[in-house]
Amino acid sequence: MATSDRIRKLVTENEIVLFMKGEPAAPKCGFSAGVVKVLDAIGRPYIGVDVLEDPFLREGLKEYSDWPTFPQIYVKGEFIGGADIVREMYTSGELQALFADAEG
Amino acid sequence: MPMDADAIKTRIEAALPDADVLMIDLAGDGDHWAARVTSAAFAGKSRIAQHKLVYAAIGDDMGGALHALALQTFTPTTA
Repeated sequence: MATSDRIRKLVTENEIVLFMKGEPAAPKCGFSAGVVKVLDAIGRPYIGVDVLEDPFLREGLKEYSDWPTFPQIYVKGEFIGGADIVREMYTSGELQALFADAEG
Repeated sequence: MPMDADAIKTRIEAALPDADVLMIDLAGDGDHWAARVTSAAFAGKSRIAQHKLVYAAIGDDMGGALHALALQTFTPTTA
């Protein structure tokens, strides 16, 4: 499967996907760790994908998202940004609002 | 080789001539930077588009020589 197809499958089959350095339980970068904290605070299930374990995925994502750094966060198939944007969205409540419809 | 603050600032200002750029050394090691960038070029753009403008200004070194750049973007009216 082409890398872009793998990415598309991951982000469409999971509500929240965090492409990060390290794993959620053991992040290898401060920015990735920050997003793990935000997602844990939100409390919705997500999958964390370690891009350090997969160079093809890492390079493919830079192109797929048109974004040069990690972490990268996808919600409902859509790229919403990196660590700074996710933190700002959490602070402003915009991030939580993305899930408001699902909880009712 | 890490990028120093002046090199980062110079590239952002070259791409966004009106930009006001404030660099902060997050870890004190000259390799983990935060930038606060204010420019009229961000007006009407999404946060993703605003950050992409800054990343494009830095070029291929973003994610390479410069591995960590925390970014905050503002327009002159919201700064």
